[in-house]
Amino acid sequence: MSEITAKQVLFEPIFNNNPIGLQILGICSALAVTTSMNVTIVMCLSVTAVTAFSNLAVSLVRAQIPNSIRIIAQMTIIASLVIVVDQLLKAYAYEVSKQLSVFVGLIITNCIVMGRAEGFAMKNGPWLSFLDGIGNGLGYSVMLLFVAFFRELLGAGSLFGVTLMVPVSQGGWYVPNGLLLLPPSAFFIIGLAIWALRAWKPEQVEEADFKMSRHTHKEAF
Amino acid sequence: MAIRQFLDGIEHHFEKGGRHERWYALYEAVDTIFYSPSSVTKSTSHVRDGIDLKRIMITVWLCTFPAMFFGMWNIGFQANSYLATNPEALIGDGGLRTAFINALAVTGAGAGLLDNFIYGMAYFIPIYAVTFVVGGFWEVMFATVRRHEINEGFFVTSILFALICPPTVPLWQVALGITFGIVIGKEVFGGTGKNFLNPALTGRAFLYFAYPAQISGDTVWTAVDGFSGATSLSWAASGGVEALESQIGWANAFMGTIQGSMGETSTLAVLAGGAVLLIMKIASYRIVGGVLLGMIATSLLMNVVGSETNPMFAVPAYWHLVIGGFAFGMMFMATDPVSSAMTHTGRWCFGILVGVMTILIRVVNPAFPEGIMLAILFANLFAPLMDHYVVQANVKRRLARG
Repeated sequence: MSEITAKQVLFEPIFNNNPIGLQILGICSALAVTTSMNVTIVMCLSVTAVTAFSNLAVSLVRAQIPNSIRIIAQMTIIASLVIVVDQLLKAYAYEVSKQLSVFVGLIITNCIVMGRAEGFAMKNGPWLSFLDGIGNGLGYSVMLLFVAFFRELLGAGSLFGVTLMVPVSQGGWYVPNGLLLLPPSAFFIIGLAIWALRAWKPEQVEEADFKMSRHTHKEAF
Repeated sequence: MAIRQFLDGIEHHFEKGGRHERWYALYEAVDTIFYSPSSVTKSTSHVRDGIDLKRIMITVWLCTFPAMFFGMWNIGFQANSYLATNPEALIGDGGLRTAFINALAVTGAGAGLLDNFIYGMAYFIPIYAVTFVVGGFWEVMFATVRRHEINEGFFVTSILFALICPPTVPLWQVALGITFGIVIGKEVFGGTGKNFLNPALTGRAFLYFAYPAQISGDTVWTAVDGFSGATSLSWAASGGVEALESQIGWANAFMGTIQGSMGETSTLAVLAGGAVLLIMKIASYRIVGGVLLGMIATSLLMNVVGSETNPMFAVPAYWHLVIGGFAFGMMFMATDPVSSAMTHTGRWCFGILVGVMTILIRVVNPAFPEGIMLAILFANLFAPLMDHYVVQANVKRRLARG
C-alpha cells in the first residue's frame, strides 16, 4: 500500500478505474439527475464533496471505530454530511435543490460514497483518503456530465438551459428526441460510453464467460 | 461461369495478407449471393436439413411480399379515398413524392388499382430504400471490423422494419430507427444469433418513445398532407365495438382497407405469408398458437370483467385479431427464431405471454394504443429464462427416472 501516490489516487478514478465505467456503481443517480447540465453539475459537486469529506472523516477516526459496527459509524458520518449539503443547497440554490428533490438525500445510498469509505478510507491516511474522495467524485462527474451533455442537447436542444437548436414547437427546425428525456436513455448512453472507454483502454475489458468454437472452415478469419 | 472465374481470380486479394484483406466480408457476401458456399461443418453443430440460414431468411423476406404489396396499394387507397371528397388537399408531401405521383398516376375519385399502387410506392419505396441503405451500412461496417459474415438476416430486419413504419414517417427518423435497431438491438451483442431482442421492433420502439408525435399516433397515418385518419385502434379506444362496426366493419379490417402502419393492416395478406412460413416450419406453430391462445383467453376475460368507462374491455377476440399490428406481430415478429424461446414448451409459454401482454396493454393501459410491439419485446426478455426452466425441468425429470 505504501506505493500509492497522491497523483494516482486523484487521477486513476477518472478513466482507468472509473466508479461508473468500470465498477458500475452509482448508476441510479446517473439515470435520475442527468436531464440537464445545471442540475447535473450541482449533483456532481454534492457527491464529490460528500465523498471527499466522508473519506476524510472516516480516515481520521478509523483507528477508533470498532470493527463490528464500522458500517453504522460510516453511515452516520455520510448521513450527516449529506444533510449539511442538502441544507446548503436549500439555502443558496433553492431552485436546483427543488429539481434534485430526493436525489440529494439519496446520496447517502450512493454506493460510491460508502464504497470509498469502506474500501479506501478505512485503510489509508486522511490526506490520501480526501484526495481519493475527490478523485472518485471527479470520475463520477465525468461520466454524469457526458450523459447529461447528450441528454440535454438532443432531448431538449439546449445546454445549461441555453437553447442551441431551436425546437419545432418554438418555430425552429430541431425535433427533440423524447426518449432522451426518459431515464432509460441514460442506460444507453452509459453503455455506449463504457464501450468507447473499453475500446480506448482494452485492459478494462472483462474476460468472456465462454467462447464458441468455430463451426466452419472459412469464415472471415 | 464467368462470374465464378472472376470471383476466384480476385479471391486472393481478399484473403489474409491480401491487398484488400479488410473487405473480405464484402467479397464473401457477393460470392455467396451468386454461389452456395463450399465450406463444410467442422465442429459442434451438425446439419440435419437442407435448409440454412440464408434460405430461411430469404423465405421470410418473400413471405412478407403479400403484406408489402397490399400495404402499398392501401396507402394509395386511403389517400385517394380522402382526395375523392377533398380535392383541394395536397397530394403527397409537397416534394418529390408529389411530383412522382402527379407524373405517373391519377389521384382522387378516378384512381384505379395501379394508381393507388403508384401512390403507395412513392411512400414505401423511399422508406424501404433508406432502411436498406442505412441498415446495410451498419451491417457491413460491423461485419468488416469484427470480421464476421454479412448476414442475410438483415434482409428480414429491413423489410420488417419498413413495414411497421407508418407511411408518413420522416425519412431521417427511419434512418435513426434502423440505426438503433441494428446497432443497439443486434450488433453490440455480437450480431445475428446473439441478439436477445427483435432488431426491427427495437428500432420501432426507439422511434415510438423518441418521436411519439410521428409514430405512436392514433391519427397520423394517411399519406395526404394535412389529413389524419383515425386508426382502428383509436376507434376501438374511443367507441368500442360499436364504433368499429359502424366505422370500419370486420370484413374491411380483415382485408386491410384501413388506416395503419404500412404492412400491418391486411390480416389476410399477413396470414397468407404466415401460412407459408408455418408450412415450411420456419415460423413455429407453437408460438403462433400461443399468441392466439393468450390473446383469446385474455380478451374473453376482459369481456367478462367489463368496464363502464373503458369501451376497449368489450372488444371481442375476433376484432383484436384484425385491428392494429396483431396479426403481423404474431406471424413475423414473435416467431423470430433468434429472440424467441428455443424449446417447445418455452415457445408455448412465450407465445401466451405475448398474447396476454398485448391485450393487457391495449385494454388496460391508457397511454399506449397498441400493445403487440411492447408485448413481444417484453416476452423476448423472458425467453432465455423460459428456456432455462424448461431445460432444468427436463434434466430433473430424467435424473428422477434414473
